[in-house]
Amino acid sequence: MAHRVVIVGGGAAGMQTALELKSRGIEPVIVERDIELGGKARGWYKLFPSFTPAGDVMRPLAERVKRERIRCFYGQEVTEFAPDGVILRSGERIPADAVVVATGFTLFDAHRKQEYGYGLYDNVLTSVDLERMMNSGAVTLADGSMPRRIAILHCVGSRDEKVCQKHCSKVCCITGVKQAIELKQMFPEADIFNFYMDIRMFGPGYEELYREAQERHNIHFVRGRISEAAETINKRIQIKAEDTLTGRPLRMTVDMLVLLVGMSANYENAELAKRAGLELSPNGFFRTVDSFLGAVRSQREGIFFAGAATAPKSLADTLAEASLTASAVDEYLKNSFNK
Amino acid sequence: MSTLNFGYGINRPRAIDLDNNDLRKSNAIIAEMPELQACIGCGSCTASCTAGAITNFNFRKLHTAVRRGEYRGVYEELSKCMLCGKCRLVCPRGINTRGLVMLIKRKLGDF
Repeated sequence: MAHRVVIVGGGAAGMQTALELKSRGIEPVIVERDIELGGKARGWYKLFPSFTPAGDVMRPLAERVKRERIRCFYGQEVTEFAPDGVILRSGERIPADAVVVATGFTLFDAHRKQEYGYGLYDNVLTSVDLERMMNSGAVTLADGSMPRRIAILHCVGSRDEKVCQKHCSKVCCITGVKQAIELKQMFPEADIFNFYMDIRMFGPGYEELYREAQERHNIHFVRGRISEAAETINKRIQIKAEDTLTGRPLRMTVDMLVLLVGMSANYENAELAKRAGLELSPNGFFRTVDSFLGAVRSQREGIFFAGAATAPKSLADTLAEASLTASAVDEYLKNSFNK
Repeated sequence: MSTLNFGYGINRPRAIDLDNNDLRKSNAIIAEMPELQACIGCGSCTASCTAGAITNFNFRKLHTAVRRGEYRGVYEELSKCMLCGKCRLVCPRGINTRGLVMLIKRKLGDF
């Protein structure tokens, strides 16, 4: 009889792990909190650095899960997991031979940085809002007009002790570059300013895209963090920053302010980890054995990780890691049960 | 009766005001040399600068200010450059920095 592995979370990491396990003759079961699969990447417009439509990646994954007849629980939250199974909010227990935690991350709530006016001013939006707007095909200001000047602020809810988010969210820099280019293509007449503390272009093709944004699309990059935003009487946004490369304060008014929100650890991680006897990293994400050969293993045999549950990750990293997780689970099952 | 000097004066605001700065010259410079926008502010040009070694000439700050529409004093300051071209040899983004000195002077010359 096939071993059963319960996967907590049906986002990119969960789906990819399930498919890989299935191809190895293992029976995966996905428990998804939402009413459908896809996680955070669902409804995303295009992926960096190649501008691949997110649907081209996410749709085949979900279709394959369906075609492979992988059992999925929808609208079900896991309140406790252990190597021998998980317990749902309903009290139901799903027994298993191993568990994969693919619970992902929580988007940083931009309301918490009140000085940027998210939720207060009409034309302040997050990178996620912008992505959804682009996906729906219409990016406009609140009054329906076109923006002529746009500011994009990096590191909102990242590298910021004031909101207990000391870590770098990794993907926002390249997302900021991607969105700047997309906005420029949508509004060729608009001036776009990216305000950054550091530009971290870690992935293949990222630095090249950054340079393309600067050179070909004339995106202005200003090194300095916006300190505050205020709405003017005509609903524009006045921002203040230091242009640290000239050493002078800078102020300007823009039509739209986009906040590149970071990845936070799920609030539930602490309780889940405590019940499972696991540790968290200081930033609240699940702690792995190490970052090398134990990058998908927890401190407990039989509990594995995939995706952004352990640290902020790009979709590409998540998909690659999920295959690794499946291979680690397979190895564990072989060693533990087939003696 | 002579005016008493109370020791107070009016300072120009130090802030770069992108709402009121005239960016036409800055845009013209970038249009002629788009790679200037690729500057990552590493400071290699300033570090290798012959003029910077003996005066407070800072080429990185100067061309960044120009890109923000801050032209005051730039032309005069650029006269310190001796066009030795060492900055061009070290720029990691391949910007023709020596050419940029001439370009900025040409565009701001009639200022």
